[in-house]
Amino acid sequence: MPEQSTSSKVTVGLSSCGVAAGAAQVYEAFRREFDERGLSTPLRRTGCIGMCYREPLVDVDTEGLGRVTYGGVTPEQVARIVEEHIVGGKPVDEFAVRVEGKRLPDEDYYDRQVRLVLRNAGLIDPESIDEYIDADGYQGLTRALTEMTPEEIVETMKESGLRGRGGAGFPAGVKWDLARQQPGGVKYVIVNADEGDPGAFMDRSILEGDPHSVLEGLTIAAYAIGAAEGYIYARAEYPLAVRRLRMAIADSQERGFLGMDILGSGFSFRVQVKEGAGAFVCGEETALIASVEGKRGMPRLRPPFPAARGLWGKPTNINNVETYANVPWIITNGAAAYAAYGTETSKGTKVFALAGKIVRGGLVEVPMGISLRDVIFDVGGGIPDGREFKAVQLGGPSGGCVPEEHIDIKVDYESVTKTGAIMGSGGMVVMDDRTCMVDIARFFLQFTQDESCGKCTFCRVGTKRMLEILDRITSGEGRDGDIEMLEELGQQIASSSLCGLGQSAPNPVLTTIRYFRDEYEAHVNEKRCPALACKPLLTYEIDPDKCTGCTLCTRVCPVGAVSGEKKEPHVIDTSLCTKCDACRKVCKFEAVIVS
Amino acid sequence: MNTAVSGEVTPEQLSVVDRIAADFGGARGALIPMLQQVQAELGYLPPAIMERIAERSGVPAARVFGVASFYSQFRFEPVGRRILRVCQGTACHVQGAVAVMEAICDELGVAEGGTTEDGEFTVEPVACLGCCSLAPVIMIDEDAFGRLTPEQARDIVRNYGTAQDEGGAKA
Repeated sequence: MPEQSTSSKVTVGLSSCGVAAGAAQVYEAFRREFDERGLSTPLRRTGCIGMCYREPLVDVDTEGLGRVTYGGVTPEQVARIVEEHIVGGKPVDEFAVRVEGKRLPDEDYYDRQVRLVLRNAGLIDPESIDEYIDADGYQGLTRALTEMTPEEIVETMKESGLRGRGGAGFPAGVKWDLARQQPGGVKYVIVNADEGDPGAFMDRSILEGDPHSVLEGLTIAAYAIGAAEGYIYARAEYPLAVRRLRMAIADSQERGFLGMDILGSGFSFRVQVKEGAGAFVCGEETALIASVEGKRGMPRLRPPFPAARGLWGKPTNINNVETYANVPWIITNGAAAYAAYGTETSKGTKVFALAGKIVRGGLVEVPMGISLRDVIFDVGGGIPDGREFKAVQLGGPSGGCVPEEHIDIKVDYESVTKTGAIMGSGGMVVMDDRTCMVDIARFFLQFTQDESCGKCTFCRVGTKRMLEILDRITSGEGRDGDIEMLEELGQQIASSSLCGLGQSAPNPVLTTIRYFRDEYEAHVNEKRCPALACKPLLTYEIDPDKCTGCTLCTRVCPVGAVSGEKKEPHVIDTSLCTKCDACRKVCKFEAVIVS
Repeated sequence: MNTAVSGEVTPEQLSVVDRIAADFGGARGALIPMLQQVQAELGYLPPAIMERIAERSGVPAARVFGVASFYSQFRFEPVGRRILRVCQGTACHVQGAVAVMEAICDELGVAEGGTTEDGEFTVEPVACLGCCSLAPVIMIDEDAFGRLTPEQARDIVRNYGTAQDEGGAKA
């Protein structure tokens, strides 16, 4: 006999990060619980809810009670949620992180956010076109095709002030206009979904959480420019995003939002997904085009820009995922509504992937013009474990580190560029006093060095030389003149490389030298890592006054470097010590000292 | 490249290439998807296979090799039954990815990029898996695991095979 229950709807966040935190098991646990109890409560999936720091996340929407979000849900907690909330009608307060109508601490996370791009993320089932349509989906396309001329669409995009969200910030409307005005019948539109910046996951979350919004934006662009064919170039490391995109394409084709004679307008458009094959440089538009053509993804000199000569030599418009996801909102709500957000030169909102040493890491969307401080401290909740903020890295390997003294700057293209960093695609990695800035610079340079396509000598060889110097500095073998050499090489590489990868590769090094020169000097002159992060520069010792001789450290040391009698102070043989940190972690008396 | 080992291919493997090449039917820009599909079925791309791709698609062999060696996705040596990707992204890096990689390599007795002796795992460093808020992250085939300590990473690789075979829950 099935149990009586409240009229509820259960939604589990099943994006990649939710799944990594165990959301699939939670989903299964709900399904089992419902089966066993004979409940017919709908169980849905959604994309990224945005509170990544609380994954796995479950929404329970109950008639009369509103929406309750549970965070950090484990399969073991599911039975109680079903028993007390879904059957009993009483939410389980101790697991809840958001309750409609109540003010829990996590509301701070949402107060400053304006979710235009992420309007559906975490609310709709990304695999259901009906839910997208119910959320006003495909209204922008319908208006564009039935009420607007291509010229009017381009004009609207220009008035909205939307700038390319991939990093460079070129006005989208101007770009579209250039491609539209090119002569010739065959044109292409491409979505750059090759999100390769380590530390960035905006595009993945949009594609996994709301793939139709990107598809709709792309189709509007195709109509405005006069393209009959489009490509979505997606990173191969994003299997779930690729699967949901393919599903979205098939569904929208079936409903007549893609394909022949869309909505009876006479406009036809088809889209294919191309999976990248693992080359960061393919985020650069000319390299991306070469890759779609089946060649090695190497950039070429611009001009001619892709708007004039792009894919197969034809006029081509390329924007990234977030840029296209903005388009349906702008067409539906108007350019003025969009331009009401932001600053003089940077309109609308920006999605950031907030990660690193931050209390509330996740996917956030804030209006342009908000200060970095507000994003990190108000939205993100500041630095965990009572540590101190040191810097925030913007723009990944092409960007730079912004130190404390500049975190009151506004988030807009020009202000961020002035600090030496770049807006970038939206990666925002927060660092505290335990993060070594030289190590971070080395980390990014190792990445760009590895990803350099090899075409330009300065990028190919120069980054290699810079990396050697940084390796030397972080392993305690830095020499006089190394810092100056890094600066000189950095400037040369920036001015002598063809594409954005090479031009911006030295940024992480140059900005950290600019703001944290003392840390470089400590490594080079004193062979000391102030953040205690560079292993070769560390020494492990035991404080004889604190050590009680409990022998715990001798048992965990994998190389037998710790010795000592029971109840007597122990010592570490530094010639054997591999600095694995195991002894410090197990010591209950803080007797292991790292310096 | 050890052509003595990886150079030998079976007629079945060659027929996989023939079938995939026929599916694409000489479409423009098909080389990369073709290489991806062949690799998905065979696990890697030995030289004889790439030569066959060149022959069937009409793309010069030098270009097939050139393209395949440009992209990090393509492999020229056999891989393990499961691919274990260790994220090296910024967020993972500042949250201890280096220690996770060391623990995994130590547990499995392989170097970065290597395959275990029993052919179970190939350990690959990867630029970013995009699960930055759950750093540090690893991914076994398509299952991601987040917020790892080196010890948890060891447990996962130790128990992964058995948990899968018994249909048990993942960590």
